[in-house]
Amino acid sequence: MWATMSHDHDHDHDHDHDHPGEHDAPLTGPALRVKALESLLVEKGLVDPSALDQLIDRYETKVGPRNGARVVARAWVDPAFKRRLLEDTSAAMAEFGYTGRQGENMVAVENTPGVHNMVVCTLCSCYPWPVLGLPPVWYKSAPYRSRAVIDPRGVLKDFGVTLPAGTEIRVWDSTAELRYLVLPMRPAGTEGMSEEQLADLVTRDSMIGTGVVGGPAR
Amino acid sequence: MNGVHDMGGMHGFGPVEPEPNEPVFHSEWERRTFALTVSTGFLGKWNIDMSRHSREVMPPAEYLATSYYEHWLWGLEHMLVEQGLLTRDEIEARVAAVKAGETPAPPREWKPAAGVKVIGPGEQERLLSTGNPFRVDVEMPPRFKAGDRVRTRNNHPLGHTRLPRYARAKTGRIDRDHGVFVFPDTNAARRDKKPQHCYSVRFDARELWGPEAPANEFVHIDLWDDYLDLA
Repeated sequence: MWATMSHDHDHDHDHDHDHPGEHDAPLTGPALRVKALESLLVEKGLVDPSALDQLIDRYETKVGPRNGARVVARAWVDPAFKRRLLEDTSAAMAEFGYTGRQGENMVAVENTPGVHNMVVCTLCSCYPWPVLGLPPVWYKSAPYRSRAVIDPRGVLKDFGVTLPAGTEIRVWDSTAELRYLVLPMRPAGTEGMSEEQLADLVTRDSMIGTGVVGGPAR
Repeated sequence: MNGVHDMGGMHGFGPVEPEPNEPVFHSEWERRTFALTVSTGFLGKWNIDMSRHSREVMPPAEYLATSYYEHWLWGLEHMLVEQGLLTRDEIEARVAAVKAGETPAPPREWKPAAGVKVIGPGEQERLLSTGNPFRVDVEMPPRFKAGDRVRTRNNHPLGHTRLPRYARAKTGRIDRDHGVFVFPDTNAARRDKKPQHCYSVRFDARELWGPEAPANEFVHIDLWDDYLDLA
C-alpha cells in the first residue's frame, strides 16, 4: 500500500546524494534526457528549482490513498456524510481538505451486494489524485487499460478477486474530467471498530475497484 | 487519432501485474519528469488536452516499448519544441554535454524568464490545491436527459478525441448529465473550449463486445454532446 516512501528502488545515479562509488556511471536513456532538459529549463528561468522539489514532495509523501481511506471510513460510520459523498462527491471530499488537481470533479460510486464498480482510463491514466495520490504502474499499463473494459472479471482474477456470477459489474472509463472513487462495501465483523481503525482496513485497490475490503485480521 | 494509446478492448498484453509495496516513483528521473511536466504546465503555453495529445503522437512502436514516464518525457520535449520554448538542436546539444560529463553549472542566482509566467512553490501549492476549471460556468440546454437512448458517432479524427474506438457507432443510455465542460477535441486542436454538456453514457457489454459478453456487465463512458445523437 501507500506506506512505502523508501527510495530503495532507485536505480539512477544522477543525483548528488547517490551511493558513493557510483558517480561515474554514465547516464543513459530517459535519465540522461531529463537531466539535460531540467538543466536547460532551469538555466532559462522556465522552471523554479524549489517548485520542482515541492511538487515531488507533495505527491510522494503528502497525498496518497490514506486520504481516500479516511473518506471511505467516514462514509461507513456516518450515513449523512455518505449521502453527501454520493450526491456531491467533490464537496464531501472538501470537508477533509481533499481538493485540487485531478480531483476537481469527483464522482463516488457505491459497491453493494448486487453491484461492483471498477475504474479505468483506457486512453491515458486519469486517476483521482487528491484521494488516491498518483496511480500505480499497473493502472497505467497496457494490460489493465486494454482488458478492464472487455474482461473485467478476468482482470479481477489477476487481483485474486472472484465475484458471484450474479453480481453486476460497472466499469467506469474515465474519458473526461470526472474522477471516480469506488466506495467499497464495509466488511462484516467490523461493527465495533472506530473510524480510524476502519480506515486502516481500506486498501487503494478497493477504491479503484480491483479489490474488496477484507475483515479485520484476527 | 486512432493511436495505440486507445487501448480499450485490445488483446494480447497479458495479465495485470500489481507490484507489492510499490513506491510512488521508481527512480529519480521519474520524479524529475513528473515535476518538470507539471511545473511547465503552469507556464500557460499548453492545456491538458494538448498535453495528452503530445503523448498520443509518439510513434506507436516506441510508445509500446517504453514506460509511462518515458511517454511523459517524450510529450514534454515535443511541446517545448512545438511552443518555441526550446529548440531541438538546443536539447540535443545539452544531452550530448550531459553525456560527456559536461553539464553546465546551474545559474548561481536563479531568475524567472521574462515574458512568461513562472510560478514559485507558494503559488504552485495554491494552484495544485485548487485545480483546473474544466467545468464551464455557462447556462446551455443539454441535448439529452437521463434515460435517453443515444448512439455515438462514427468519427475517426486525426487529432485528439476522447471517444474511444471501442465505443464508436454504439448505442447506450444516458445515465447522468455531468454539466457543461470544455470539449477536448477542439481544445487540443486550437484552444477552443467549445463548452457543452458531458454525460455518463451506459453501454451493455453485449453492445460493445458482442453476444458472448455477460448480460450483467456494463461500461460507463463520459461523452460530450458532439459525440452523440439520439438513437
